[in-house]
Amino acid sequence: MRQNNSITQERARRSKAEADAENAFKVRLSIRTALGDKAYVWDTNEEYLFKAMVAFSMRKVPNRETTEISHVLLCNVTQRVSFWFVVTDPSKNHTLPAVEIESAIRMNRNRINNAFFLNDQSLEFLKIPTTLAPPTDPSVPIWIIIFGVIFCIVIVAVVLLILSGIRERRRKSKEPSEADDTEDKCENTITIENGIPCDPLDTKGGHINDAFMTEDERLTPL
Amino acid sequence: MEKARPLWANSLQFVFACISYAVGLGNVWRFPYLCQMYGGGSFLVPYIIMLFVEGMPLLYLELAVGQRMRQGSIGAWRTISPYLSGVGLASVVASFFLATYYNIINAWAFWYLFHSFQDPLPWSVCPLNHNRTGYDEECEKASSTQYFWYRKTLNISPSIQDSGRVQWEPALCLVLAWLVVYLCILRGTESTGKVVYFTASLPYCVLLIYLVRGLTLHGATNGLAYMFTPKLEQLANPKAWINAATQIFFSLGLGFGSLIAFASYNQPSNNCQKHAIIVSLINSSTSIFASIVTFSIYGFKATFNYESCLDKVILLLTNSFDLEDGFLTPSNLEQVKSYLASAFPSKYSEVLPQIKNCSLQSELATAVQGTGLSFIVYTEAIKNMEVSQLWSVLYFLMLLMLGIGSMLGNTAAILTPLTDSKVISRHLPKEAISGLVCLVNCVIGLVFTMEAGNYWFDIFNDYAATLSLLLIVLVETIAVCYVYGLRRFESDLKAMTGRTLNWYWKVIWAGVSPLLIVSLFVFYLTDYILTGTLKYQAWDASQGQLVTKDYPPHALAVIGLLVASSTMCIPLVALGTFITRCFKRKGDTPPVA
Repeated sequence: MRQNNSITQERARRSKAEADAENAFKVRLSIRTALGDKAYVWDTNEEYLFKAMVAFSMRKVPNRETTEISHVLLCNVTQRVSFWFVVTDPSKNHTLPAVEIESAIRMNRNRINNAFFLNDQSLEFLKIPTTLAPPTDPSVPIWIIIFGVIFCIVIVAVVLLILSGIRERRRKSKEPSEADDTEDKCENTITIENGIPCDPLDTKGGHINDAFMTEDERLTPL
Repeated sequence: MEKARPLWANSLQFVFACISYAVGLGNVWRFPYLCQMYGGGSFLVPYIIMLFVEGMPLLYLELAVGQRMRQGSIGAWRTISPYLSGVGLASVVASFFLATYYNIINAWAFWYLFHSFQDPLPWSVCPLNHNRTGYDEECEKASSTQYFWYRKTLNISPSIQDSGRVQWEPALCLVLAWLVVYLCILRGTESTGKVVYFTASLPYCVLLIYLVRGLTLHGATNGLAYMFTPKLEQLANPKAWINAATQIFFSLGLGFGSLIAFASYNQPSNNCQKHAIIVSLINSSTSIFASIVTFSIYGFKATFNYESCLDKVILLLTNSFDLEDGFLTPSNLEQVKSYLASAFPSKYSEVLPQIKNCSLQSELATAVQGTGLSFIVYTEAIKNMEVSQLWSVLYFLMLLMLGIGSMLGNTAAILTPLTDSKVISRHLPKEAISGLVCLVNCVIGLVFTMEAGNYWFDIFNDYAATLSLLLIVLVETIAVCYVYGLRRFESDLKAMTGRTLNWYWKVIWAGVSPLLIVSLFVFYLTDYILTGTLKYQAWDASQGQLVTKDYPPHALAVIGLLVASSTMCIPLVALGTFITRCFKRKGDTPPVA
């Protein structure tokens, strides 16, 4: 553990900090994880800034406008970097209740984070739960909009196809005289064998082929 | 006079339709699972053998029957023998069940697709709890992707008995899915033929893009090495062979009547042997291709989870022992752990229960199949990629194309016999028939949008079309070879296409395939009987994981009904035809032609 001037100075006050442990908060910073190469070293100056931010937060609470930086005590700074702090009230010689400190920190959490280039996950106050940002909820969910667009396109396409099918069918049924021809054409396409159309062999129109007429007559008795 | 039968505009449309039908979700979410379970690279051996021995011949048989008979499944089997029109009817019933439950997958794909246009993706973050101090409890216990699937998409109930209400969001997506299917089949082969260009080719484009992305992901090689390292001892496991056979069988979609329907719109001179070989080869290579993509994604996800697990352990130790931030790294973790255990034994033993054993192997070994793979595992991997919205949109578009392509085949199997039937097509135009079929299926499909809907989906998925298909294809093979006569069929094919039938197909059709199918059938039956009561996986919201429960009696009744309704068609119709013929002969009036 690195020796530090501020720690030796505060050792005297450490007993006080530990005695009021219920009003003390543990803070944990993950500077290297958050900033990588741009990580700064945690030294006494940073601690001074921290004390200043806490004092600033307390000064915003009504009745606590006279909080000074020297009222904030830090102790047990580890390599992690983590430490405990309390805010004292020298006039009454006691530590301020945890509830007040908690609400003050919560109000100004963003300012404190920004002062250190950190966020709620890398600058943790262990007893103070973070207020998570609510997810942005648009008034109409996006998926309904896209659904509506695709739905309308599909309905329009279906209606168009059905209408064009009906129109084709109406056109076909409006030409009854051609219906027989189309039927014959179908017959013709089916009955083409060896390239010879079978038209001459059809009894189309009721004509009887004379070539076969004489069969019966030939067989009549004498 | 009847109108001439509609035809495919060119044989490419026919091939694309078959590919679009055969290449479906099973290639993406079942084959990689089987590969992982049964020995990785060595699973390819039984798979390829079964492809040549079972898949190709049976596919060729169905296409040839359809092309020769030029009718849907009911008419085709009635032509072969009037006693066998029950086979066609059983195919139609099985297709009907499949169509009912398959389209809900498309509805879910639509749901995820529409939600992919948000930043951040909704399944990447947990929602907050009531007082905004933490995340939702169920989401914490499970993961955000599982929460989005089970709670937001399905809103699943704890058991199949608690049906709940119809959820309007998935119901809307289901209606849209059916409208899209209706749009594609509305005009028959005319519209289907153009749609299949898309549904057959788009999945390949997306898979190719994913292949490139997947192989460049960090940790992908772990997954690929895990998958392709052959575990040759699995070759001796009979389950590997049985699963290879069933996978080939169901992946090609045999027995539903869709292939017969598609082939019936062919020119009689079409070379269906070539097409059968092409389609089955493409189907199997797509499975292998998709599993390469899936395993690189698995590798990425497993590596990511492994590294997150290590990071959590590092954070825990750093915080408990107030070590310097950044001192602990994955490389020195073990050394430091042993140092801490010896230097601060009491404190270490306090922390020890919370330290998880992170293992890359165990992350890789989590084998998932089905909807779990597509909607939970893949989405988990996607949320960690850069530009995750783009990858998400591409992925769900691909799932949609695969699903809709298969739906086109299913609905063709139902519609072709209906439009072939003179009774129905005289009264209703084909748009109305298609509309009615889609409407009925949509209304029944609303069952799957209820809170217990996913449990019913699993029932349909596992039982509606498995046993019955095996029976149908068995009867088909025996009918063609022995009832119609293999020689007669051979000469029909020669007259139709001008090519002689290779001896290989004859041997397989007459001997090998029926034996294979009978053995698969026996295996399935013994499996059902041996497992005793059927169980299912239910989602427990309080624990945030799946638990196993027994099916209640009414669910078992539905299962029995599903299996019986399609298999019983075959003997019942045969019996009915026999009885009506007996009555006709007994009557004194001569039979009217």
